[in-house]
Amino acid sequence: MSEKVNPVGGERVGVYICHCGSNIAKVVDVAGVAEWAGKLPQVEVARDYKFMCSSLGQDLIEEDIKERGLTKVVVASCSPHMHEKTFRTACERGGLNPFMFEMANIREHDSWTTDDEAAATLKAKALTSAAVERVVHHQPLEPLPVEINPNTLVVGGGIAGISAALELANAGHHVYIVEREPSIGGHMAQLDKTFPTLDCSACILTPKMVDVGQHPNITLLTWSEVEKLDGYLGNFTVSVRKKARYVNEEHCTGCGICIEKCPFKVVDEVFEAGLGERKVIYRPFPQAVPKYPVIDKENCVYFLRGKCKACQKFCPTEPNSIDFEQEDQMLTFQVGNVILATGYDLFDVKRIPQYGYGKLANVFTSLEFERMVNAAGPTEGKIMLRDMETSPKSVAIVHCVGSRDENYHKYCSKICCMYSLKFAHLIHERLPDAEVYNCYIDMRTPGKGYEEFYNRLLKEGTHFIRGKVADVTNAARIPEEEGKLIVQVEDTLIGRQRRIPVDMVILSPAMEAKLDSKEVSQLFKMGCDFDGFFVERHPKLDPVATMTEGIFIAGACQGPKDVPDSVSQGAAAAARVAGLINLGTVMMEPIRASINQDLCSGCKICNNMCPYNAIIFHEDRKVSEVLTALCQGCGTCVAACPSGVISGAHFTNEQLFSQIEGILWDVRPVKELVAV
Amino acid sequence: MTEQFEPVIVGFLCNWCSYRAADLAGTARIHYAPNMRPIRVMCSGRVDPQFVLKALREGADGVMIAGCHPGECHYVNGNIKALRRFILLKSMLRQLGVEEGRVQLVWASASEGIILAEKVNKMTEEVRALGPLNWSEKVLGGNGHKIAESVPVAEEV
Repeated sequence: MSEKVNPVGGERVGVYICHCGSNIAKVVDVAGVAEWAGKLPQVEVARDYKFMCSSLGQDLIEEDIKERGLTKVVVASCSPHMHEKTFRTACERGGLNPFMFEMANIREHDSWTTDDEAAATLKAKALTSAAVERVVHHQPLEPLPVEINPNTLVVGGGIAGISAALELANAGHHVYIVEREPSIGGHMAQLDKTFPTLDCSACILTPKMVDVGQHPNITLLTWSEVEKLDGYLGNFTVSVRKKARYVNEEHCTGCGICIEKCPFKVVDEVFEAGLGERKVIYRPFPQAVPKYPVIDKENCVYFLRGKCKACQKFCPTEPNSIDFEQEDQMLTFQVGNVILATGYDLFDVKRIPQYGYGKLANVFTSLEFERMVNAAGPTEGKIMLRDMETSPKSVAIVHCVGSRDENYHKYCSKICCMYSLKFAHLIHERLPDAEVYNCYIDMRTPGKGYEEFYNRLLKEGTHFIRGKVADVTNAARIPEEEGKLIVQVEDTLIGRQRRIPVDMVILSPAMEAKLDSKEVSQLFKMGCDFDGFFVERHPKLDPVATMTEGIFIAGACQGPKDVPDSVSQGAAAAARVAGLINLGTVMMEPIRASINQDLCSGCKICNNMCPYNAIIFHEDRKVSEVLTALCQGCGTCVAACPSGVISGAHFTNEQLFSQIEGILWDVRPVKELVAV
Repeated sequence: MTEQFEPVIVGFLCNWCSYRAADLAGTARIHYAPNMRPIRVMCSGRVDPQFVLKALREGADGVMIAGCHPGECHYVNGNIKALRRFILLKSMLRQLGVEEGRVQLVWASASEGIILAEKVNKMTEEVRALGPLNWSEKVLGGNGHKIAESVPVAEEV
């Protein structure tokens, strides 16, 4: 190729059009685009190649930089989210600053979205031309080093949070766990058995809880909530509200005499799922960690009427541990990374009125049944009807309540089939004569030992009915149905409507995102999807990181998950954090805003624009300044500055204007304005 | 047979939601109109109204600004700022005689490839129905602009 007179400051751009096997080349005339690009005035060399991301493809770039003196590089291939880093590194190896590179996305945004070869080729030219026009204005940038504070915040003390915290603490790093409830343990602490092994849930969980409580590297903050998070990867400042327990943790020995002596009981809606009672001063369950009880201020007679103080009278510690004057405490500390393991809620079964929950006494939720079969629960493990006397002779278990349903949640809640099978097994075990009906849409049992567990249930004599339950009613049509609950379901395997009279119905509701997950995602400045689950960085290749650097997710807050998956994800998040801590310093993309202080008029418009409060105003000089460490590079201030003196590195006005010109190469007016 | 008018639409897609939605649409092989030419910005809040005017002046028939859904912005609320600017920009474009449908603001999260594709299809048809923008005639009254007859940039200068 002949030497060219270069109009833009002697820039020599190398353009590489990738075939991506046939992914791009099948639709886009890659050779044609390369030939066309070679004629662009700033372009020194343009080539097409089978796989640009291969080491041979990268070598091409390296060699051309060295031999042909390229100053800028454009690769037209896949999304920059796939390979921008690969090619930046290749440029660096060739001796260029990595930011002297631009990528044109002609696969995801072009060849994969159409069969129209002419249109796809035209679009590929537009995207390539845009990248060429843009790249000539690229400036060398240096990544920003950021030091990583070795402390980590884990939000949520369920099994995912416990798993993450223990991994980090055992690796020698300090962890703060913040848990909203008085004890860690989460939903797993409420369960009786875990499928498919039928391990006692508490027996395998409580040792881990004790480890957390006693670990020298873990600061456990229960009955606490994160109120504010400021800062950025490596340097977050956390503000936590530690709610008043009205029990002094320094003096309390956890003997439990106060709980015994408290004369008032209330229904326990949280831990016992409304099926049992607890005292007004309480520990959610006997193995709670930490062991200190909490006074339920809203129901405490002392707080309501100013009299009682039974707990204080009987407290044997010296000085007395009960402190009615205790107030909420605000704690502030520094962490480098955050792992969110905030868990899930269960779908409110009252939203499906035809299933009769709340109107028909013997319709139960899965969580109520979990507490009922738990030996430590309100019935001491006996399966009984709502009268708490009679045992049911027949039980129907309704799968997919609120999941796989256009009207509620479209997703499969993943664990309900397995726990419904577990319920069937537990009923057979405790009530050998009872008939058990499992009404399912499809039986979903992927997992180690899960299908085997299903086969076991098939042999135990459970009646499996394939069909979605239409409704549950007590309106009998024949004498055998009198006094029973009738489950109406179409048995799709025999193609017939059935009415099954039973004594008890258990609804298996979907796992859904926490009610306040949207607020939590905003607090931590990361995204959540339509269903309210937190969004991972990549659904397959990066399931624990989020779009926000330094914020990781684990467990059911990301999507429905069983215990082993939550444990693995917790450990995976911990490994990611440990990696960052071990690095000590990480390099951040230098995409940041800066203000030309000589030209700033001091109007302060940008000050309020910044979502991170990264812009300060110097009263003495009447100019604004961006604090680089806090800036996240969104560019909102750049677009807002009426004087046009804020520059967003790597997304400057000059770069974007040139990109617009390039992308419209085929429709642009020939000349600039003649008149005007 | 008359040739169908193919509008050119410049899309400003935010890096975190709508650019990824477009990536996902591609990965899922969802076919949609090739008329939208995407430009990546870090946040829809970065879209300076000047970019839109520049694109229209340089020959685009329409401009799509795409951001995260309100409340889901990676930068807390940049998309809300984009929305505010968009409302002001629209009233200005109306005064210049540019039809409403030519500049659109849409929301698409990273998981909504299909929604982004549908919005591109819908907008392409709407702009196709409006016909070419012809900025120089419409806005400048034929004052100095000539429209290129597909002359590549390479032959310019």
